[in-house]
Amino acid sequence: MTLPPQIQAWFDNKGWSPHPHQLSMLERADAPATLLIAPTGGGKTLAGFLPTLADLADDAHEGLHTLYVSPLKALAADIKRNLRTPVDEIGLDIRIEDRTGDTSATQKRRQRVDPPHILLTTPESLALMISYEDAPRIFKGLKRIVVDEIHALAESKRGDQLMLALARINALCPDLRRVGLSATVDDPAAIACLLARHPDRCDILVADPGPAPDIAMLETREAPPWAGGGAAYAIPAVMEQIRQHRTTLIFHNTRAQAEIFFHNLWLDNPDGLPIGIHHGSLDRQQRQRVEAAMVRGELRAIVCTGSLDLGIDWGDVDLVIQIGAPKNVKRLVQRIGRANHQYNAPSKALLVPANRFEVVECIAALQAVQEGDLDGEPRGPGPLDVLCQHILITACSGPFHADDIYAEVTTAGAYADLSRADFDRCLEFAATGGYALRAYDRWQRLLQRADGRWQLRDPRASRDIRMNIGTIQDNDTVKVRLRRNRGGKPLGEVEEGFAATLSAGDTFLIGGQIVRFEGLREMTVEVSRDAARKPRIATFSGTKFATSTQLSARILALLRQPGWPCLPAHTAEWLNLQREQSRLPEFGRLLIESFPHDGREHCCVYGFAGRNAQQTLGLLLTKQMEEAGLDPLGFVATDYATLIWGLEPVRDPEILLDRDTLRNGLANWLAGNAVMKRTFRASATIAGLIQRNTPQARKTGRQATFSSDILYDTLQKYDPDHLILDITRREAHRGLVDFGRIEELLDRVGDRLELLRLDRVTPLAAPLLLEVGKVPIKGAAEERLVAEETRRLMQEAGLAEL
Amino acid sequence: MNGHVFTFSGAELVALGSGALWWQDRGLLCVSDLHLGKSERIARRGGAPLPPYDTRATLDRLAADLDACNPATVACIGDSFDDLDSANALPEDERLWIARLQAGREWIWIEGNHDPGPVALGGAHHALLRVGPLTLRHIADPAAQAEVSGHYHPKVHLRLRGRSIARPAFLVDRDRIVLPAYGIYTGGLRSDAATLCSLMRPDAIALVTGSSVYPVPMPRSA
Repeated sequence: MTLPPQIQAWFDNKGWSPHPHQLSMLERADAPATLLIAPTGGGKTLAGFLPTLADLADDAHEGLHTLYVSPLKALAADIKRNLRTPVDEIGLDIRIEDRTGDTSATQKRRQRVDPPHILLTTPESLALMISYEDAPRIFKGLKRIVVDEIHALAESKRGDQLMLALARINALCPDLRRVGLSATVDDPAAIACLLARHPDRCDILVADPGPAPDIAMLETREAPPWAGGGAAYAIPAVMEQIRQHRTTLIFHNTRAQAEIFFHNLWLDNPDGLPIGIHHGSLDRQQRQRVEAAMVRGELRAIVCTGSLDLGIDWGDVDLVIQIGAPKNVKRLVQRIGRANHQYNAPSKALLVPANRFEVVECIAALQAVQEGDLDGEPRGPGPLDVLCQHILITACSGPFHADDIYAEVTTAGAYADLSRADFDRCLEFAATGGYALRAYDRWQRLLQRADGRWQLRDPRASRDIRMNIGTIQDNDTVKVRLRRNRGGKPLGEVEEGFAATLSAGDTFLIGGQIVRFEGLREMTVEVSRDAARKPRIATFSGTKFATSTQLSARILALLRQPGWPCLPAHTAEWLNLQREQSRLPEFGRLLIESFPHDGREHCCVYGFAGRNAQQTLGLLLTKQMEEAGLDPLGFVATDYATLIWGLEPVRDPEILLDRDTLRNGLANWLAGNAVMKRTFRASATIAGLIQRNTPQARKTGRQATFSSDILYDTLQKYDPDHLILDITRREAHRGLVDFGRIEELLDRVGDRLELLRLDRVTPLAAPLLLEVGKVPIKGAAEERLVAEETRRLMQEAGLAEL
Repeated sequence: MNGHVFTFSGAELVALGSGALWWQDRGLLCVSDLHLGKSERIARRGGAPLPPYDTRATLDRLAADLDACNPATVACIGDSFDDLDSANALPEDERLWIARLQAGREWIWIEGNHDPGPVALGGAHHALLRVGPLTLRHIADPAAQAEVSGHYHPKVHLRLRGRSIARPAFLVDRDRIVLPAYGIYTGGLRSDAATLCSLMRPDAIALVTGSSVYPVPMPRSA
């Protein structure tokens, strides 16, 4: 396909010429699937839509022509604006509309009857669309689909859900062409495999990445502290950078850190520079206000988290600052890309390590960026809970043959290797619950008809299924509001667990202001403004990332160097001391230090397996130590090590680190673990076993529901091989438990365990003593706590003798 | 036996960790809100197919209490079944199991709002029951005294050094006892809800269930 004259004329009028990758996209317009990898600001969106515009310029098209899917509602709205302008200027008669959770019901109904040429939507809204009986009519004539920011979708179940929906649409429209738009990624082939219909080929087009980024570590007068994540020491230096630049984005790894840093910035802002905060826990209106101010160029800096990670065009950012080690090189590169949206200007970024060890991690990450060495964890096969939901969604749209759906599902890359047995288990689950006890023969959700097709037993069930579409799990948050007579201003959300720990008078940070907890009313935290300068820390956690496998390996390689001219002197000296007094950890062996400190025995295991895996290792090791009579008292974990303290020294690490023992320990420990229950709740909700939204629950609220933990315990006891428990165990292997990385560690070190007995704490272990998040070891702790607390309350009430 | 011993209207009672009430002198074990057949009812009405093990899990719990106490009389004080259809739809082995539990003892079903009529199972059916000084009924009558009831599924929230737990609990004051729900798939009503705060006297005690039973002043809204 070539550029139609009116589009060529538009480029000429503007005095522009199309980027080479934009023309290549046009040439490949007929390829079944194409993945375009281009930096932000490289005209990526126009490249994705150019074949559509060219096609629609040539001849009239009835109904839907191109579907655009992005991970964010805001992005869909943004693209609608950005596409409208060139389309109008070229003079094309094209209808462009978005359809997201924010679209009105009237508008949605109209779109179903009379679809626009280009529809911009999200994976969830698309899944809802394929659940309608009239889906074949809606998608009739659809030619192209553009998946934007596909690298972000590929990392989560939203991507799996989207690809299953595309498999379904592809069955309705066999000639569908797929285009994926992605930021720089480590493994383009993996994304291509996800995008293309299996086994179609998928060309990968890599646009000129532009000049290398200008990236360095921020120089500060003060050395970073030994432990912690706040980077408060860097406030004056960061303030100086804000003064020197037009607009600075300051990224943090967690929301709590962002809040604290923002608060501290304002305490040290004599010029009163306009600085805003943006993260996922803030109220939507608050976020939108900050976004609007940013687009108008009114803010000099925005303190933010991953909520600003995606490619929305916020305006004139000329500096990106990353506070805390980036944990993951790929994400760092994508964040750096937020600076300088002009195609040919280098992005400018500064890294600010929050503590001494992070200096090493930042340098390792800088080297990785310079060498273009990105990291990524392979995602594994498509998750079955998403497939269960997809089967229910399919059933909503009408009766189906199992063979057809199986054939369809396996055209999605992530499900290409799905076995028929696994598919049948998911179908069985959707139909009957899939229990060993066949209790629901009369009340199956799906029934097989005489013609062999499956359908909903009760068509009214489709309403509940549609209300629960999606794979995003809100982390049980509660809203925070200012206390007023008629409901005050919403400020944002905190995790329910955090809200439960608040007592009247407690203060915490939200949206950069200190508020005082007044009370809990109908699942809303009511607060008042507080003039205090120091809050009780907001512990709502956001996401805690673990340092990636590749970055950990780079750090270990860096530690092997004979000297460290690349590191600041304070950090190089620290590593030298460690080398003199003990040893430095190495890739192919596991260093374990054992030393007395403060009247207790300590044992530090340098696994470099990432925070989650080191945490799991701590739980498993202390359990073993308890059995071996070493009386562990507690432990703390970071991305690189686990420090355990107790009454007896460790002398025999082989026993503790035996793989089979660890794996058995994991199975037993996991069964009763809160992380496992949380994972279960997420998967059970996605699979449709637990319905978050029901029309009744909305009305009555209380008392109707019981905890998903009860379902988990019941299944564990009576049906331990149930599909959802299987899925839960698979999920837990990664994610928060991350046992996969413990196995990787054991593979890497083999039998090369190195126990050093030392007479005092070592330089590398010392910062761990200062870490927060220490985990006490407790046996029957909850019962003891209940006994203590109830006794105290009785005494307080003068009822101790009852 | 794990439990909390207390005297109520002249009767010496034990609140058990399972949520049952044991009156040794009369050989009476009292349980409330078993909600047997709940998962079946949810599925029948087009809800999600929950693990269909709630009835046996609840009966397992009850069997353990019967073993420990060997009561002469068992009183189930209402909402023993999630509805009358689910009572009739109980699988055969679960019906037989209930019959085995009933063998050799008096068994009383008191009707509740979920199961307002007789069921086709062994045992006597009553609207309410008087035993010595006590009256057993499903829903508390605010004017009554010496009353044992259920219905509200009371639970208590406790804040323990940075974490919060919720557990089913007995509510006790000088006039009445409200039993926690005994069934496995049952939610609960927080003790600080207005209904419970106005039903119970200001000096009411909550008995928190678990592997032991802990008395605590009934938590109310501030």
